[in-house]
Amino acid sequence: MSDLYLNAAIGGALTGLVYGLMALGLSVIFGVVRVVNFAHGEMMTAAMYAAILLAQAFKLDPLVSMVPIAAGMFVFGYLLQRGLVNAFVTRPEHTQFMLMVAVAIVITNSQLIAFGPNARNVQVDYALDSYQIGSLIIDKVRIFAAVAALAISAALFAFFRFTLTGRAIRACADNFLGARVVGLNVRHLYGLTFGIGAACLGAAGCLLLLLVDVTPLQGPSYTLLAFIIVIVGGMGSLMGALLSGLLVGISEALAGAAFDPSAKSMFTFGLLILVLLFRPQGLLGRRA
Amino acid sequence: MTQSNEAIRGAKRRDFLKTAGAATAAMGAPAVVRAQAKTLNIGVLLPKSGTLAFLGQSCQKGADIAAEICAQLGYKVNIKLMNADFESNVDLARARAEKLISEGAHMLVGPFDSGAAGAIAQVAEQKGVPFVINIAAAPQITEQGYKFVFRNFFTAPQLVGNGLKLMKDLFVATKTQPKSAVYMHVNDTFGMANKAAIDKLYPTANLGMELKASIAYDPAARDLSVEVAKAKATGADVLMVTTRINDAILLIREMVKQRWEPMGIINPGSPGLYEQQFFATLGKYSDYCITNVAWSDPKSSVTDMAKAAWAKKFPKDPWEGNILNAGFTIEAIMICADAFQRAGSTDGKALAEALRKTHIEKKIMLGGPITFDAKGQNNNIISACLQNRSGWARVVLPADKAERPPIFPMPGWSNRGA
Repeated sequence: MSDLYLNAAIGGALTGLVYGLMALGLSVIFGVVRVVNFAHGEMMTAAMYAAILLAQAFKLDPLVSMVPIAAGMFVFGYLLQRGLVNAFVTRPEHTQFMLMVAVAIVITNSQLIAFGPNARNVQVDYALDSYQIGSLIIDKVRIFAAVAALAISAALFAFFRFTLTGRAIRACADNFLGARVVGLNVRHLYGLTFGIGAACLGAAGCLLLLLVDVTPLQGPSYTLLAFIIVIVGGMGSLMGALLSGLLVGISEALAGAAFDPSAKSMFTFGLLILVLLFRPQGLLGRRA
Repeated sequence: MTQSNEAIRGAKRRDFLKTAGAATAAMGAPAVVRAQAKTLNIGVLLPKSGTLAFLGQSCQKGADIAAEICAQLGYKVNIKLMNADFESNVDLARARAEKLISEGAHMLVGPFDSGAAGAIAQVAEQKGVPFVINIAAAPQITEQGYKFVFRNFFTAPQLVGNGLKLMKDLFVATKTQPKSAVYMHVNDTFGMANKAAIDKLYPTANLGMELKASIAYDPAARDLSVEVAKAKATGADVLMVTTRINDAILLIREMVKQRWEPMGIINPGSPGLYEQQFFATLGKYSDYCITNVAWSDPKSSVTDMAKAAWAKKFPKDPWEGNILNAGFTIEAIMICADAFQRAGSTDGKALAEALRKTHIEKKIMLGGPITFDAKGQNNNIISACLQNRSGWARVVLPADKAERPPIFPMPGWSNRGA
């Protein structure tokens, strides 16, 4: 029986890392631009469909197409922020909410028109392979996806810590007025941040496509999941999002193994309630 | 002024003569001819998007060729389909049914899903519009005393009862005796109705297999790794499943990844394992799965008509991957056409009365003639044991209908060639 829990925990942790990368995008955008991207899941499903198109046209593995798709999503995110979201940055939160929900609805319906409602996926040669170590059986695609998610997260942390642009973005997040006073181009930096968040999503979508099918209507469930992960980890905390993704992945897997699998997402919401009650700023968030 | 008055009088006289002539002709004509002049509006409610999208679309294709088959069978009625998508959402099914009725639907057909069928049945009953269920097995739908609801499909106990009996036949035919089973099922209305039927019927089915556990899961689940790991941990010889379609694909993928090779995967009566999408997605891993479910009668002339009409209209989508969904949907529309022809009216009560007297011998699916009992249930449908072989579901039992002999236990995942 312990094998069951160990297998479940490892599988959950690997999936959780990809969830973490997905939520990182949301956390980056909120942490700096202070706008909650309610079209987050829908933008990710757009990236997943892009990966399917590239696989069909050029037989590109999502692990490879992840690079051009992340770049494309960066450009899309940058333009979306500069062209649309930027005008709403200083407006009330409910207006921002309505804007992003409208963007989400447009994306979902465009996908329905373009691809129809059926579930789609990309079949890679190693899709059904697994590694066996004693009684442990670990899914090959899950390992690839988790390693890639970790590498991208590490690169993102390094970018924000060691590059001039990264530091400038952090300065904007810490002190908007101060950043303007010292001459930073805040609008451009906000655009870059939105682009980076969208690029994270693009990469996460490609990795997730190795694990699950995509349908246009599943965007909202990913938005909700990313939102929960970010709240549990701490709004705006990058490390918090990654840690929280891991926690959600493991808790869902273990709860499914120990109790009723159909009730596993209940434990994610339980975790959310506990965090809101006892640590409202999130696990690694800063108190307001 | 005088001229115009005369013109009016002349016009009135001519109109009177025309009307009188038409009325005399209509009164003299038989009732059937008057019914032919009308059109039967059938509201077809299906889940064409959402988690049941593939299944709903498959049923819709059946509906699209049904009028042609009705004409070939000699039904002299005009049929107009009013199609609606309820997006695999029960609340929307109710709203769509109300909308179709307000737009003039005389009868409703659908909806593939038990939850939606329950909601539509309430609307149909309130409005007095007959509702012919193509596919939905929750037993309570025909246990409410409804007067306008008719089901040409199994109830869950009938489905599971037939499924368990065919499992026993399978073990006898292959001279095998698995010792244990684990049951995985979706937790929607249909899945829970099947679970209740399994709980009730399994102990008396004498299959010689201990049922080690039942594992429920969400039909919209993105990942079934934990569920499959849990089922594998029971060490059961046989996996019994009640699935939809996307989850059935996820389940097999996860079994391959986790290298779980039970003696067999047996579905005692639900969709998933015999669908076109299942074969297309899983390839060689779709083979040897077994489903005990209603199927088309290969010896029926109506089956041949349906196959030909399907091939003409949907040349790229094989009939073999859509048999159950399309077959029952075509039959549902045949039932409507038959009732309309006999009722000679689009009045709900007259149509319901005609439906109660239905007796259709020439049909597609296996079993006796289509008739309805006092509850509106057709009890004459029978199941076949299907096994996926070389990318199609083939009848392997009962022996007199078998296309191939059954193979059980199934070969392991790694022994299936390229």
